[in-house]
Amino acid sequence: MPNMSNVKTPMPEQKPEIRSCNFEEVALGYTPEQAMEEANRCLNCKTRPCVKGCPVNVPIPEFIAYIREGDFMKAAEKIKEMNLMPAICGRVCPQEKQCESHCVRGIKGESVGIGRLERFAADYMLANSKAPSDKPEANGHKVAVVGSGPSGLTCAGELARLGYDVTIFEALHKAGGVLVYGIPEFRLPKSIVQQEIDSLKAMGVTLKTNTVIGKTKTVDELFDEGFEAIFIGSGAGLPSFMGIPGEEYNGVYSANEFLTRINLMKAYKEDSQTPIMHPKKVCVVGGGNVAMDAARCAKRIGADVTIVYRRTEKELPARLEEVHHAKEEGIAFRMLTNPVAIEADENGWVSSLRCQEMVLGEPDASGRARPVPKNDETVDIDTECVIMAIGNSPNPLISSTTAGLDTNRKGCLVLVDESRGLTTRDSVYAGGDAVTGAATVILAMGAGKSAAAAIHEQLSK
Amino acid sequence: MYRIVKKTALNPTVTRMDIEAPDVAKKAQPGQFIILRVDEDGERLPLTIADYDREKGTVTIIFQIVGASTTRLNMKNEGEFIEDFVGPLGTPSRVEGLKKVCVVGGGVGCAIAYPVAKKLHDLGAEVHSVVGFRNRDLVILEDDFRSVSDKYMLMTDDGSYGEKGLVTNALKALLDAGEKYDEVIVIGPVIMMKFVCQLTREYGVKTTVSMNPIMIDGTGMCGGCRVTVGGETKFACVDGPDFDGHLVDFDRLMKRNMMYKPFEGDRKREADCRLMSKEVE
Repeated sequence: MPNMSNVKTPMPEQKPEIRSCNFEEVALGYTPEQAMEEANRCLNCKTRPCVKGCPVNVPIPEFIAYIREGDFMKAAEKIKEMNLMPAICGRVCPQEKQCESHCVRGIKGESVGIGRLERFAADYMLANSKAPSDKPEANGHKVAVVGSGPSGLTCAGELARLGYDVTIFEALHKAGGVLVYGIPEFRLPKSIVQQEIDSLKAMGVTLKTNTVIGKTKTVDELFDEGFEAIFIGSGAGLPSFMGIPGEEYNGVYSANEFLTRINLMKAYKEDSQTPIMHPKKVCVVGGGNVAMDAARCAKRIGADVTIVYRRTEKELPARLEEVHHAKEEGIAFRMLTNPVAIEADENGWVSSLRCQEMVLGEPDASGRARPVPKNDETVDIDTECVIMAIGNSPNPLISSTTAGLDTNRKGCLVLVDESRGLTTRDSVYAGGDAVTGAATVILAMGAGKSAAAAIHEQLSK
Repeated sequence: MYRIVKKTALNPTVTRMDIEAPDVAKKAQPGQFIILRVDEDGERLPLTIADYDREKGTVTIIFQIVGASTTRLNMKNEGEFIEDFVGPLGTPSRVEGLKKVCVVGGGVGCAIAYPVAKKLHDLGAEVHSVVGFRNRDLVILEDDFRSVSDKYMLMTDDGSYGEKGLVTNALKALLDAGEKYDEVIVIGPVIMMKFVCQLTREYGVKTTVSMNPIMIDGTGMCGGCRVTVGGETKFACVDGPDFDGHLVDFDRLMKRNMMYKPFEGDRKREADCRLMSKEVE
């Protein structure tokens, strides 16, 4: 008899007043009993609507069935058939917009907690699996992967499984891309990312950190070195600023810089060698997941934080869960507010953020109501620090040094065959934010996976 | 891990190291920089490339011991390793086509000015070098500079060596004597670059400066190295580090460089303390 409760089995999490002072994971994960209870809410629909909502087609009802039976290792293996990094996806996928939005149980009540179950099975496997399985038999083909974020890791993993000799080139000193420099520890513990990277290495993948493709080596030089195909998963690492007066003042950060200092360089730790400001008051400009991450990090290093967004709460692009968590942690939301200038004291340190009140007007090209100034009046919000979280675009370092690699107006790599991830240059594939502009981890993983299949098709001919 | 092949103290506060990094050595050009981390928990430290040897696969860095990270770096010896070393980053200095150039270096900035002077010399340009130091003990690279310069003027603040005065005094004298330069290239403390640019603006001589602002990744990702050039925001790591000195907002840059001064002070003291306790052990 299925569990007919209309709500998800709650997942234990740290209390807001406690977690807002530490960097440990917010959501603590299901116990085996809780997982089995939640798995029992799945009706195992014949039509599998949830699978259609998953960018990598995880066999959802099947893995949930294993959890229901208590065979957690089998459940994880089932997921891994389609998704190499479930411990990451279970934490950061926007399930409410993907698999869970198609769940039949969601019609009357809450959908099955597919993400929570995925995370449970994946964590179980990480904690209980023995030595990694043998290396696949080598097929003698060399492939280079540029960037070690979600798309690069997935592409590398899929190819390694097929016996390819894969080398990942990473510009930073640590692999993981946005998973290590962007997404904070309290949402995605770095030890989990490291375990996924270690398992790729165990499969025979070579990882070269400190290598900036476009500077240290070019794409052409990689071909000269004998790589037969190249996958570019270099992400969207170039931060946007608003172009308003005062963005050069001390105390103005891009979300990238603020998050990188905290996450990658561990500036929140007492003994870190990397400095970060410890402001009493912070304004975060923007309403996406990056804005929420920056706000919640700022809160954890002791600031009073206000999120400033030019539309209303309904239009916030961030995941509902992130907004909810941010609010619980005491972060203020100032909606319909748009910065027009940053003011500073005589030494160039930020003193306030000058804003205009907005109203929603006609829908713009994106279909969302366009915010327009209500009147000419401005209001100054007291703050010592402003974090710009208004988006990122792809870095031109690779496209500008590679002949035949076309980009569009936004600097994104152009694909001639989207389903295969093929760029305008022969044997060069791409995926993730480098192609789409800033998007989600799972979409990047999906792109890495289809490119791997296309590379295999090309090289196994 | 990257091996320290050679370590030399150029003066009590400035050290030169040759680091084994073949990939970087293969591509390095004057004006470009590298980023290193001394150890696993180290911060990312940007340093301009002072020289390179493509055959030996080494890159030379010259650094002043000013903060915690450079103190830690200086504790490493020949044969030991540093954790990370990435590059070459930034845009190379544009020196092709220049016939007559005055290269101005201040303090440890001479380490960055030297490879530029050398490249100009190798390309057949007439090179005048004006270098400045606080006093005799701090002078570095004198022989290196002399070997690539048609004219070499050394200034010290206190007159303990060379001529007494600032680099601007020497440069003004050269310009007043009728020297016509295609370009003045100046590398040193921000305040010095500011005053050199003020001087050359009066004489209408194109001037290039090299920026070394705060940054993390060196690839355009953090945006921390923002400098205002001609009213526009530029990222020193990818758009620079060289810029038209007559367009740079030096006052703004000097303020930005103060961002972590309080923090650096603390860390330096801490590092010193650790160093002391190590010696006591």
